[in-house]
Amino acid sequence: MDVYLPIANLSVNGLVIVLLGGLTGLLSGLFGVGGGFLTTPLLIFYGIPPTVAAASAASQVTGASVSGAIFHAKRGGVDYQMGAMMVGGGIVGAGIGALLFRLLQSIGQIDVAIAILYVVVLGSVGIKMAMESVPELLSNRFERLKRAPSKRRHHPLVASLPGRWRFYKSGLYISPLAPVLLGMAVGTLTMLMGIGGGFLLVPLMLYGLGMSAAVVVGTSLFQILFTTIATTMMHALTTNAVDIVLAALLLLGSVSGAQIGAKFALDARPELLRAVLAAIVLAVALQMAVRLTFRPGEIFTVAPL
Amino acid sequence: MTVRALLLAIALLWPALAASPVLAQTREPILIPEISQHEVVVRQGFTGANLLLYGAVLQPDGTRATGEVPYDIVVVLKGPTEAITLREKRRIWGMWINADSAQFRSAPAYYAVASSRPLSEIVDSRTAAIYELGLESLQLSPIGAIRPEEVSRFVAGLVAKRMASGLYVQDEGAVTISEGVLYQVRIPLPSSVMTGDYTAETFAISDGRVIASATSEVTVTKRGFERAVELWSRNLSMIYGLMAVALSVFMGWAAGRIFALG
Repeated sequence: MDVYLPIANLSVNGLVIVLLGGLTGLLSGLFGVGGGFLTTPLLIFYGIPPTVAAASAASQVTGASVSGAIFHAKRGGVDYQMGAMMVGGGIVGAGIGALLFRLLQSIGQIDVAIAILYVVVLGSVGIKMAMESVPELLSNRFERLKRAPSKRRHHPLVASLPGRWRFYKSGLYISPLAPVLLGMAVGTLTMLMGIGGGFLLVPLMLYGLGMSAAVVVGTSLFQILFTTIATTMMHALTTNAVDIVLAALLLLGSVSGAQIGAKFALDARPELLRAVLAAIVLAVALQMAVRLTFRPGEIFTVAPL
Repeated sequence: MTVRALLLAIALLWPALAASPVLAQTREPILIPEISQHEVVVRQGFTGANLLLYGAVLQPDGTRATGEVPYDIVVVLKGPTEAITLREKRRIWGMWINADSAQFRSAPAYYAVASSRPLSEIVDSRTAAIYELGLESLQLSPIGAIRPEEVSRFVAGLVAKRMASGLYVQDEGAVTISEGVLYQVRIPLPSSVMTGDYTAETFAISDGRVIASATSEVTVTKRGFERAVELWSRNLSMIYGLMAVALSVFMGWAAGRIFALG
């Protein structure tokens, strides 16, 4: 099924794109992440221009997080106060990301910057996840019960920020600057890498801010939903690289994949899921590292003057 | 009176007489080029196009060549030119990053050349450079002070890259001349062709000299939905962005509803 993408300016096999969306959707349903970290590199690998890939993947993450966000909101699993702080920061971050994008594009280093970001961000997160989940997976249930539950406590850096608010749902009394800064950092990465940032947000909210586990997933989905919306708008206004046909194909696959993944996730062992996710994240980081260090197929790139 | 009338008649008829092949002093062959389609429409499902460039080539006296054809035919199809920055990756600190760059004022977005024999046998490099015959003779107009060998390195890089994606084509020997009068060649356009005005130039070459040339035009345009999307994304980017957001929110929500029912 040949589909012509009017912004990417080339024709692709529509079925491949739908399946690709389905695969990342499946992951997002299984692991509760957006899957953007997988979509963007796969699209680039398929031959879509990197800017179009990053811009269109953001809207796929929006679609993949909608039903999850609604689900958690109905259950009362969203701390709107905290979420609003993070979304506010995320929108600012997307703006910063847009400026960085333009700057890097003008000096011709955007593709290298994206690749390095992937290696650094996915590499470090993947290693951390693997280090946590693999021993957990190997140890038996008895040992796990013996281990004392770690005390929930926010990072000392968070405590040093000025001004404190009460976030009732998260069970926190911290500076509102902490979620704003967190949102900003993730928003910048969303703009540059085309990722939603769920795999970054969840551990940072849990261990960095020390939020109550009951609202972490819902609030992160809330933040991802609105930050990716802001990112899509930012791309539409600045890079003009959102390909609505590409986004529709990706969405078709990913929203269905996400539903199927969510059903599977109910029966799977969480530590196994985390180990598999860690492996996938590390594989993507490794692939990017290989692309950076091995002689690329194309030495020359063309950009309009 | 009669002398004046005769002079007037000659003056009026002169252009026609001069243009007529029979009386032309330079005895050049007559070249009538044609293209299978003058408009290539890019719309949903477009996977590229195959253009048939054909035409007739006649002797100066209007007859067809018998025996061995006394000329070679070269066809050049050229797309719109654009100003580009070309960047070259180099290994720095173990990573392949963009290091060197060069700027060119007029790089054709598409360039295809086809000939009836290998180009090197038809023309010398000087003639090839004058008429831009062949990928080695492309004139990209480098901007700024840049050494010639550096220019040729960058041009070679661009040519290799665009040949790989089918945007630059060199097909020597693809032009066939049947019965000494009808030449034809098929030239492929990939799906990633740029929209704009393309020119097809046909050259008849004999003894290394271009003895006749003729030009025809092809337009590549986006139509319908594809055209609308391109225009909206550029001119109504706010509304376009909101549409993309609405689409993704709606599809995500709808999938949740559908699967909840099932």
